[in-house]
Amino acid sequence: MSTTADRPAAPAATVVACAHCTLPVPAGGVVAGAPHQFCCAGCRTAFAMIREAGLEGYYRLPQRREQPVEGTSKGYDDFDHESFHALYVRQRPDGLCETELYLSGVHCASCVWLVERVPVILPGVRHAELDVRRSLAWLTWDPAEVQLSAIGRALDRLGYPPHPFRGANREQLRRQAERAMLVDVGVAFALAMNVMLLALATYGGWFSGMAREHEQLFRWVSLGLTLPAFLGPGRTFLRGAWSSVRLRRLHMDLPVALALTAGMVRGTVNTVSGSGPIYFDGVATLIFLLLTGRWLQARSQRAAADATELQASLMPSEARLVDADGGVREVPTDSLLPGSRVHVRAGDVVPADGVVDDGRSALDQSLLTGESRPVAARTGDRVFAGTTNVDAPLVVRVTASGEATRVGALMRQLEEAARRRAPVVAMADSLAGWFTASVLVLAVITWWCWQPRDPANALDHAIALLIVTCPCALALATPLAISAAAGKAARAGILIKGGDVVEAMAKPGLLVLDKTGTLTEGRAGLVQWRGDDAVRPLVLAVEAQANHPLAAAFARAWPLLPVPAADDVRVTSGAGVCGTVAGHRVCVGKPSWVAERAVGVPPGPEPGPDGLSPVWVAVDDIVVAEARFGDPVRADARAALDELRATGWRLRVLSGDEPAAVVATARALGIPAADAEGGADPERKLAVVRGLVARGERVVMVGDGVNDAAAMAAAHVGVAVHGGAEASMAAADVYLASPGLRPLVRLVEGTRRAMTLLRNNIILSVVYNVMGAGIAMAGYVDPAIAAVMMPLSSVIVIWTSWRGKTFTPEGGA
Amino acid sequence: MSIMYVILPLSLVMALVAVIAFRWATRKGQFDDLETPAWRAVLDDDAGREPPKTG
Repeated sequence: MSTTADRPAAPAATVVACAHCTLPVPAGGVVAGAPHQFCCAGCRTAFAMIREAGLEGYYRLPQRREQPVEGTSKGYDDFDHESFHALYVRQRPDGLCETELYLSGVHCASCVWLVERVPVILPGVRHAELDVRRSLAWLTWDPAEVQLSAIGRALDRLGYPPHPFRGANREQLRRQAERAMLVDVGVAFALAMNVMLLALATYGGWFSGMAREHEQLFRWVSLGLTLPAFLGPGRTFLRGAWSSVRLRRLHMDLPVALALTAGMVRGTVNTVSGSGPIYFDGVATLIFLLLTGRWLQARSQRAAADATELQASLMPSEARLVDADGGVREVPTDSLLPGSRVHVRAGDVVPADGVVDDGRSALDQSLLTGESRPVAARTGDRVFAGTTNVDAPLVVRVTASGEATRVGALMRQLEEAARRRAPVVAMADSLAGWFTASVLVLAVITWWCWQPRDPANALDHAIALLIVTCPCALALATPLAISAAAGKAARAGILIKGGDVVEAMAKPGLLVLDKTGTLTEGRAGLVQWRGDDAVRPLVLAVEAQANHPLAAAFARAWPLLPVPAADDVRVTSGAGVCGTVAGHRVCVGKPSWVAERAVGVPPGPEPGPDGLSPVWVAVDDIVVAEARFGDPVRADARAALDELRATGWRLRVLSGDEPAAVVATARALGIPAADAEGGADPERKLAVVRGLVARGERVVMVGDGVNDAAAMAAAHVGVAVHGGAEASMAAADVYLASPGLRPLVRLVEGTRRAMTLLRNNIILSVVYNVMGAGIAMAGYVDPAIAAVMMPLSSVIVIWTSWRGKTFTPEGGA
Repeated sequence: MSIMYVILPLSLVMALVAVIAFRWATRKGQFDDLETPAWRAVLDDDAGREPPKTG
């Protein structure tokens, strides 16, 4: 989970590592003679905080977060407001307060360590606990000693900007439902295992002999154990079957409930009468196995709901409302009404959709478009909630807030898309339906054939068929093969959340790829340099003092060059930077802006339109160089896409970026321009994916941003690449935890092997069941044979699942 | 073989105790997050030696 791989390789000897995050310190940031060097101010602050609290142990952790600290330097004053407390904070009877905060920037084990030591850093915080999978922190503190805003600031400076967790109520309900289901599984397991023990003893009695009295005792105890399993955990199936009857819709629960009820009733009758088979072991085991499969499924289906809530948490909770008299006060975002005016500071997230009333700035709309280049906004322009104001303060007249905003609608679409997603016709499901139906028919035939010959035992033979063929191994085959494959995939850096991913990806289909951040690195990089190399250090000198994405891109491009000192540096927002370096006046910025301050044009031929952003460099009022920035294609993209094409996948690019840039990138990767679409907003992406799904394509959507999230949920499989937005990770069925596109190839290979394994498992259990059915129909159900065959088939299925080679860890790469 | 009448209820009582313990643990949220505790344990061994300040 290292981010160092993204960075340009540099000889280790000449690079100074940041004392906090171990990433290389940019040449301009090295302080001569200092004992500790830092890559950025954020890391310096975090380091000081950790040292001050006596937590140096953090730097001895075997695995550390290799990411610069990106705090927001916000004050978090809103965390202390009454309205905030009323919404998100619970007062405990002992006077302590508790809340849940969603932390951005949580990635690995060291984050757990650090966040849970906040009580050491801040006296007054009593308890901190982090759920790393969902980035949720539970905090308990004493309001008399410390305020929540101070906790917020501390977390922020450690690199984990906190957000109030919006879905606490729904989360509570869902967690309770999940716990109840797990308790059911546990109860069903305990009952089934005890019934199984008694059954094995009874079967043993068939050979060695057993007192009639004891056999009868075992049968009664089995009844006593199975009845609670049937009425307790088993009620799920009874209820499902009942609603299936009422709605006149065939459902898997119907045959299951029928088999369970038949076994239960007949077993009870035979127990009371003291003769004939009792079937209780089959009934209890079946309840347990089916319930386990259902629980595994429920757990993996939480992704979409999580995504919505996490996204809601990222929205600002407080907005700065402009009163009629011009005063500004903070109010909860939820209370904003259309028509009210809000003040948005530079660096703040726009709280609602609206129109710019006053001010001129640039907005980072990457949340909606995936395009990281800021877009200019002036009076009269529309702005959207969730975008970030980059440059200067704005006053926005609200047109829609809360759920009515564009991002709110997007999140609703995501939920809806996840609910309505085209189901992958799971092989095991369709097979199980077909299978149970034929078992029911066979049972009737058995009864009908035996009735004239042996009326006393005809019904028993039919029920025996139902029980013996109940798909124990079949019910296990799919969840086991898939969960085993998912476990192996996780160790290889591929997190698979949905169970149907394996089936959906095993056959080649259509791969829809986002451009920015997926095929490319998703951030500005220096692509072209025209001009004298000797001015490079001068550029670094002035840019070292500018806080701009392009300044960072210069530093990344030339990590080893010396950085001279620059004086008199002036940054003009949205245009460029000027300064004096070693007696030379250096200006770096937009061509139009530099042309106002210098003469000439950059040397060399003028390049054609290529979607790159040019930056001019002037030294002593003469333009001497041009740097062209773009979003570089990931190093492994070409090879990975070629491999995918070789296995039969078709590729398409669908991006929110400018069409010209999208086509250029697609061409570079060998994708014809006809299959590359640019300028697609999130709604368009969703529509395109829905259209493809409706045409019967098997669609896999690969993306990284919130703008891809709804399309990912609508596709058969959504894949989020490393470094993507939290919401896209949560909406995806698969998350690639290592950078680049190579993991995508491994995902395709692994799922293909997992599918083979799954098919083998199913064949095995079907063969077993056919044999069982044959024996039962012949009227020869020897419980001893059943006792051997039943666990044996399950054991074989379990064994092949765990031994099967599906996903292999990255070999040496 | 009348020992059966002792052993059988005994084993059932033990199973009942296990079920109750499991139910208690589940309701306490022990199984809500199956990922973080594993990491927590690994890290505590290696670096969590500082005594937390009381205050």
